[in-house]
Amino acid sequence: MKRRTLLGSAAALVASTALPAFAQEEKLKVGFIYVGPVGDGGWTYQHDLARQAVEREYGDRVETTYIESVPEGADAERAITQLALSGHKLIFTTSFGFMDATINVAKKFPDVKFEHATGYKTAENVATYDARFYEGRAVLGTIAGRMTKSNKIGYIGSFPIPEVVQGINSAYIHARKVNPDVEMKVVWAYTWFDPAKEADAAAALIAEGVDVFMQHTDSTAPLAKAQEAGAFGFGQASDMANFAPQPRLASIIDNWEPYYIKRVGEVLDGTWKSQGVWLGIGDGEVVIGEITDAVPAEVKAEAEALRDKIAAGEYHPFTGPLNKQDGSAWLAEGQTASDQELSSMNFYVEGITAPMPK
Amino acid sequence: MMIDPLSVFILLLGAATPILFAALGELVVERAGVLNLGVEGMMITGALAGFAAAHASGSPALGFLAAALAGAAVSMTFAALTQFLLSNQVATGLALTLFGLGLTAMFGKPYEGMKAPAMMPGPLGLNWMIWLGIALVPLVWWFLARTRPGLILRAVGENHDAAHGLGYPVRRMRVLAIGFGGALAGMGGAYISIATVLQWTEGMTAGAGWIALAIVVFAQWNPWGVLAGAWLFGGVTVLQLRLQAAGVAVPVQLLSMAPYLATIFVLVLISARQKFGRSGAGAAPASLGRPFHALK
Repeated sequence: MKRRTLLGSAAALVASTALPAFAQEEKLKVGFIYVGPVGDGGWTYQHDLARQAVEREYGDRVETTYIESVPEGADAERAITQLALSGHKLIFTTSFGFMDATINVAKKFPDVKFEHATGYKTAENVATYDARFYEGRAVLGTIAGRMTKSNKIGYIGSFPIPEVVQGINSAYIHARKVNPDVEMKVVWAYTWFDPAKEADAAAALIAEGVDVFMQHTDSTAPLAKAQEAGAFGFGQASDMANFAPQPRLASIIDNWEPYYIKRVGEVLDGTWKSQGVWLGIGDGEVVIGEITDAVPAEVKAEAEALRDKIAAGEYHPFTGPLNKQDGSAWLAEGQTASDQELSSMNFYVEGITAPMPK
Repeated sequence: MMIDPLSVFILLLGAATPILFAALGELVVERAGVLNLGVEGMMITGALAGFAAAHASGSPALGFLAAALAGAAVSMTFAALTQFLLSNQVATGLALTLFGLGLTAMFGKPYEGMKAPAMMPGPLGLNWMIWLGIALVPLVWWFLARTRPGLILRAVGENHDAAHGLGYPVRRMRVLAIGFGGALAGMGGAYISIATVLQWTEGMTAGAGWIALAIVVFAQWNPWGVLAGAWLFGGVTVLQLRLQAAGVAVPVQLLSMAPYLATIFVLVLISARQKFGRSGAGAAPASLGRPFHALK
């Protein structure tokens, strides 16, 4: 990974030092930092689709570069710095763990604009953007609750951060709503992308009697495992349509295209401002992929109705009455969770028996 | 909460197979007196070559065959450098690992996102590769302990000058051992891509080669010890995830550390036994890692 990063940056440096002499019209160089390979078929793949959409939209006016498989940590700072040094004026850093690295580099390059995905730290030249994945999880949870025969549904978590905890809670709440006997099993893989570990995690859930599970890790390995074992799963981040109809029942798709196109456009016409946005199903950033025929028609209709209610803003997935795992009151009847509460969520809701990692 | 031990054992067998193959191969290499740190590089090469062949032919068996050939082929670069050009084995082995990871990252691009053909199920619902891995343990033991070529291989590993003086082909023995080690490492890597993950991803062996190297030491260069070590490592990995799935509150970090703690513990036990117990010398082949030149 590092070697390729080096090669890529060497090429970028050569390009940036050799080209100015021939510079015709100034192109906007847009850089992307990916946490996994573009071929992961999930999270990074979706970001790269949006990058390609930016190129299609603006043609000759932009030039995009990406560095893939950048580890979260010290190496990220180096990779972001390379992009900034080689003339990129807008840089998208597409993983939660790039947060501090992005802020640090942004301090050194005040004239470069940064967009950090799923974080919460902004600056004059750093904006954040996130998707309300928990809205999509509510729909998947409904399907999972209806489809499970063993009444055990599972969740492969990456890291116990608010974004993932929201997803587990939302999926469980809505599975329980349609199936009061449902149990939620959680396995933390402590990685975003490690196919062998993700596959082992899926195997552990299946061995525990889980027959429908969701994942919040990036590879298609858990679906491949589900297929082998006859269990069901969902496309994660990307549609993963080549796993339909079994094991993939539906999918939660991250659609970054509208946001990327909008923000690149704003840099081009000079109206870009730092902000923090959190977009959901209603904004088209979270999309539910086609629900396959393995799902009975009435369940499909029920899930789609929920999706449409969320999109229209008529229903919030975290609506009281809801208690926390320890039984203490959280949301009163009819009360909904605030964005601030959600973005720091570090507890399970009542009914989930799995322990929350410390 | 109760966890069914049998289901843990079945998952364990799968998790242990890649490291069992790689460690058995490395054991033979080291018994011949050669330290090849390139296991990870040979495994990832096998993972890609095996996946590519299995995908193209639709046959996992052909995939494993291709993986063995590819692993052996890259191990031959190591053999040429260390046995004929007498390069440093540690440095060359490390280079082989870096080379394998880089090479597969480059050639693996087109295979990303593809699916592997289904594994052939074997007896008791376990696939044939699991059985082959277990069967290899007594075979390797029998070869090393009970056959004449095995005796010569061990002689070469213990004292290459004496073996040479007796007229045994030191270099040929070592090259063959390196090739065998490469083939088994390649098959171990292919197990990850074909049987565990069912697809190819860059860097997917994720350190399994290093665990295999540790297991050879852990096993004190004994094939049965390798089997125990592979099951221990595989078992802890699987148990960690199973405990989580069963809702047992055990700190994951501690569990993830467990195999390494166990290795250190066993190493301490072994060295304590050597210090205070009956056996004076360690079990490591005496010529391990030393270059051999016939004219020296």
